[in-house]
Amino acid sequence: MSTVNTAVSGFARRHGALLALALTVVVASLSFDSFATGDNLENVAVSSAFLAIVALGMTFVIVSGGIDLSVGSVFALGGVLAAWGSRHGPLVALALPLVVCGLIGLVNGLLIARARLAPFIVTLAAMLGARGIMLNITDEGADTFLVAKDSLFADLGRGKLLGLGFPVWITLALFVLGGVLLRRTRFGQNVYAVGGNEDAASLMGTSVARTKVSVYVLSGLLAGLAGALNAAWLTSGVTILGQGMELEAISAVVIGGTLLTGGTGFVSGSLVGVLLLKVIQNVINQIGSLDSAYQQVVSGAFLVLVVVLRVRPVRRARAATGGGRRRSPSPG
Amino acid sequence: MTEVAEAAGTRRRTGRERTRLTAWLQEYGVYAGVVVLLLFNTVFTEHFLSAENFRTQAVQVAPILIVALGMALAIGSEGIDLSVGSVMALSTSLVALYLGYGPWVALLVAVVGGAAVGLVNGSLIAHIGVQPIVATLALMVGGRGLALVLLPQLEDVRDPGMRALGSGDLLGVPYPALVAVVLVLLVGFTVRRTTFGRQLLAIGDSRPAARLAGLPVRRVLICVYVCSGVLAAVAGFLATARLQASDPTSLGTLMELSAITAVVVGGTPLSGGRVRVGGTVAGAVLIQLLTATLIKHDLPPSWTQLAQAVVIVVAVYAARERGKR
Amino acid sequence: MPATGALDVPEVPDTAQALSVHGLTKRFPGVLALDAVDFGVQAGEVHALIGENGAGKSTLIKVLTGVYQPDEGEVRHQGTPVAFGTPLAAQRAGISTIYQEVNLVPLMSVARNLHLGREPLGRFGLIDFSRMHREAAETLRAYGVHADVRGPLGELGVGAQQMVALARAVSFEARVVIMDEPTSSLEPREVETLFGVIRRLRDEGVAVVYVSHRLDELYAVCDTVTVLRDGRRVHTGPLAELERLRLVALMLGREMGEVRAEGTTKFGGEHEAASQEPVLRAEGLSVPHQLHGVSFSVRPGEVVGLGGLLGSGRTETVKAVAGALQASAGRVTVAGVPLRGGSPAAAIRAGVSLLPEDRKAEGIVPGLSVRENIALAMLPRLSRAGLVSEARIDALVGTFMERLRIKASSPRQKAGELSGGNQQKVLLARWLATEPKVLLLDEPTRGIDVGAKAEVQRLVDELAANGLGVVLISSDLEELIEGSDRVVVLRDGAVVGELAGDEVTEGALMEAIAAAAVQGPGDPAGREEAPRD
Repeated sequence: MSTVNTAVSGFARRHGALLALALTVVVASLSFDSFATGDNLENVAVSSAFLAIVALGMTFVIVSGGIDLSVGSVFALGGVLAAWGSRHGPLVALALPLVVCGLIGLVNGLLIARARLAPFIVTLAAMLGARGIMLNITDEGADTFLVAKDSLFADLGRGKLLGLGFPVWITLALFVLGGVLLRRTRFGQNVYAVGGNEDAASLMGTSVARTKVSVYVLSGLLAGLAGALNAAWLTSGVTILGQGMELEAISAVVIGGTLLTGGTGFVSGSLVGVLLLKVIQNVINQIGSLDSAYQQVVSGAFLVLVVVLRVRPVRRARAATGGGRRRSPSPG
Repeated sequence: MTEVAEAAGTRRRTGRERTRLTAWLQEYGVYAGVVVLLLFNTVFTEHFLSAENFRTQAVQVAPILIVALGMALAIGSEGIDLSVGSVMALSTSLVALYLGYGPWVALLVAVVGGAAVGLVNGSLIAHIGVQPIVATLALMVGGRGLALVLLPQLEDVRDPGMRALGSGDLLGVPYPALVAVVLVLLVGFTVRRTTFGRQLLAIGDSRPAARLAGLPVRRVLICVYVCSGVLAAVAGFLATARLQASDPTSLGTLMELSAITAVVVGGTPLSGGRVRVGGTVAGAVLIQLLTATLIKHDLPPSWTQLAQAVVIVVAVYAARERGKR
Repeated sequence: MPATGALDVPEVPDTAQALSVHGLTKRFPGVLALDAVDFGVQAGEVHALIGENGAGKSTLIKVLTGVYQPDEGEVRHQGTPVAFGTPLAAQRAGISTIYQEVNLVPLMSVARNLHLGREPLGRFGLIDFSRMHREAAETLRAYGVHADVRGPLGELGVGAQQMVALARAVSFEARVVIMDEPTSSLEPREVETLFGVIRRLRDEGVAVVYVSHRLDELYAVCDTVTVLRDGRRVHTGPLAELERLRLVALMLGREMGEVRAEGTTKFGGEHEAASQEPVLRAEGLSVPHQLHGVSFSVRPGEVVGLGGLLGSGRTETVKAVAGALQASAGRVTVAGVPLRGGSPAAAIRAGVSLLPEDRKAEGIVPGLSVRENIALAMLPRLSRAGLVSEARIDALVGTFMERLRIKASSPRQKAGELSGGNQQKVLLARWLATEPKVLLLDEPTRGIDVGAKAEVQRLVDELAANGLGVVLISSDLEELIEGSDRVVVLRDGAVVGELAGDEVTEGALMEAIAAAAVQGPGDPAGREEAPRD
């Protein structure tokens, strides 16, 4: 009875997104001739890459028990800064967005960890702030900085290796590094501990503030990097990008099996979550008659499904110790 | 145990004395901010003190204020409603689709749509135990999608009734502002004088205590989100009337931000248990005035966003002491 | 005068003290929490630190562990003055603390909890998990924990979790271990394991500070005792030489004669209700893992005590009756009418009100005013068409504030600002306002001052005299015996005995509890145990 339930929900938790992805891919391949073509799949891979990098940072933030709503704006800002910086060489094009976006993450982290403000409100403000900065340097969005097509920086976005674009390889490398960082290092353990029970983590000697600041810096850096790579791929810093990206990233992370309450989760799930969202999007585009708006409906429904499936087992685990005395609202 | 608690209590008290200024700021800062901006504009802004200008400001602030009222209820119950912007979009789509039957039918359908979204939000939160931020996030994503599915692109509204509603007035007060005032009074009354209001505050303050006291926690929570959905739908209806167009792509984007800002700036703590209706009104007005001030002094919109970001952080910082109970 | 008990401190040279405080004073606004206290624990000594609520134990521990900074006086570690700015600094210096509540991360695995912050590193500075799991399993075996170290900590029973916390603290090369009521959620068998560990630590030269209210435990494991009262130290000396009654007298600050006399005063009269039909009847109440077919009944005007150790299912029983805990089987009838609905609201409508154990978390709504707190459960009945009637609330609140002598600056004062005793009275007022037939009182006098305690006890007596059925839970044995007409004894979520009339004595109750305790099941893995009481 309940053990079976637990086993089933446990399996669904870890591999549900992967199963859904496999199923979607199979159905899509059978239904649409144009789906399983090299071009289309590469398209899915590249368009997933940027969101995936953002979702990677988001995974760390969410496992630590926080949330980062600023990533969409930071992504856009990163792209604009990279495009502007590309005039001064590829190094500036990469370093400028990383420095600025890392700083935004630092400010987020300090306000959250030191001033103890609610993460969602701080990063909400940062979302406005980052977009404000971006609009400010582009003359209210009127200027679009271009990346020279033959520059080294543009190659970073457009070059290919073994038929796959560089952004895809970079994303894969980042996920491997991210997985090791989260699972196999002391920093990663601290992220889990802080997200699982902040008070206990603090008493157990974890530097809670430093861990929190680190995850927001990481999230800012990755969002900025994703923006820069995207600019290199598009060869321009498009100012209207990134709106709603925080939602996509959060959806992907949650669908991938990371709990929004923190303390548990894994990066590979987030990658699967991103792929699932992007494949669904691709499929909806294939069905010519369907509006792309359906993708949002499907994402929303998926999010609800995942959350509903996951809520119960975790409440039980927490109830067992009464641990995790966090102030996040939890009804019941 | 008691000893610890008492010690903690005394520590809190010193904290409060030390931060009397921030406490004052939280309580009255928003009104002070409004007064300062009014004075500033009276002196430095041309044509500020005109009836026309006030009418414009009132019409613009009305939807934000109406949404913020629902948000205040959600926050008071120790929750949040991120789906309000999408509900506005859904509302505008429904209005466009049903306007053929007259504006009142369209309004009714829109309100039913908003209530339905609220019902889903509330059920997820109250019955299944999903965190409010997640549940309403899902509806935020899905709701706008649904709005776009119903009405894929912008559609002009050519209904004389809607036009009158959007631009007409009663004794010089524009209809949208009038509706907002009525709703403010209604929500204020609900919070202060009704059983529902009291129960809502108790639930926001201490859910286990409320449950053990036999309060209908689930029903109240569902009501809260239904109210929020209905208010957002009304706001979407009014915005449609004012813009004379249904634009589900952009209507209500970032509205959840503005609403949360208005509520938080107005001194309602994010930790629940308190709803400040007057403060929320002042908060919405403050944001509106800030935007207007920057625009009238030829500062680009990006400055508005930066300013709003700063205002949010300052407001939350000031509210911090109270939040840490 | 016992306050000069400082005189019987054996003068120990400073260097032999593993951890000590000298002339320690800690003030909070309006409260002198610690008044020039001297205290020291030596290596290889188990030192009991005891005192009533408000004596200053917790404050002292918090100063020792770096949570609070002293206002005057100093802390010395191995004879050297130190100032721990944070709990972490104290921990690094070799002072580990086991808290009452388990302070670990439930979602992380047992091994990770054990090793957090000093995971064994392998190649490339990455964590070597296989070594970590092996070491963790080895370490925990010594603490009687045989659970899967890879599984989430939260799946262990509370006792096993506490052992993990202890193992973690000790493995930090702790020279001083401070235990703040470590047994409050342990099974008797686990307590034995804990004592084994404590004795081993002592033999290894670790200094142990042991805080507990349970005198048996103190005598079983402690060498020395320090008694605090009202922020002052009133006694330090070898425990074995101190008679129990004298120890209690020191804690209470009363002469021994008084304590003996106290034993015979009663706050509850015996109520004759023998022939009446029960107003509350619980039959076969079961809650998975927590209650196993609990049955009892309460007649009008009768006070039925629920006796048993912590975790015996007392709190769960009243919660199940009040609908706050979902029962999987069994039924409750109130005045002959079956109670349906399984929610607190349904129980309240039927006339069953529960005064919960955790006043702060489950009782008081701190941000609402006193009057709103009192009226809370009555709101629908004080309203017409959903509108609250202020006049009716005022009348109700006025009556109860006067009747229960609730001290608040005004009915509009926030309930969170009241003292514990007054908060408890506010809650009692809330429940009495609902005109219950049965009142379930879970630890009604815990953590409130003596005056308020007596008032609450008198009130309970009065209510019963007026025909109310009362169920009383109290860890204070004396209160339970004096207050109850009948005591139902629970153990492991089942009824194991009942005492009535003249049988209700301390000795008989202890025997009933102890007799049952002997045949406790032995389950080494520390399975999901009947919850914290």
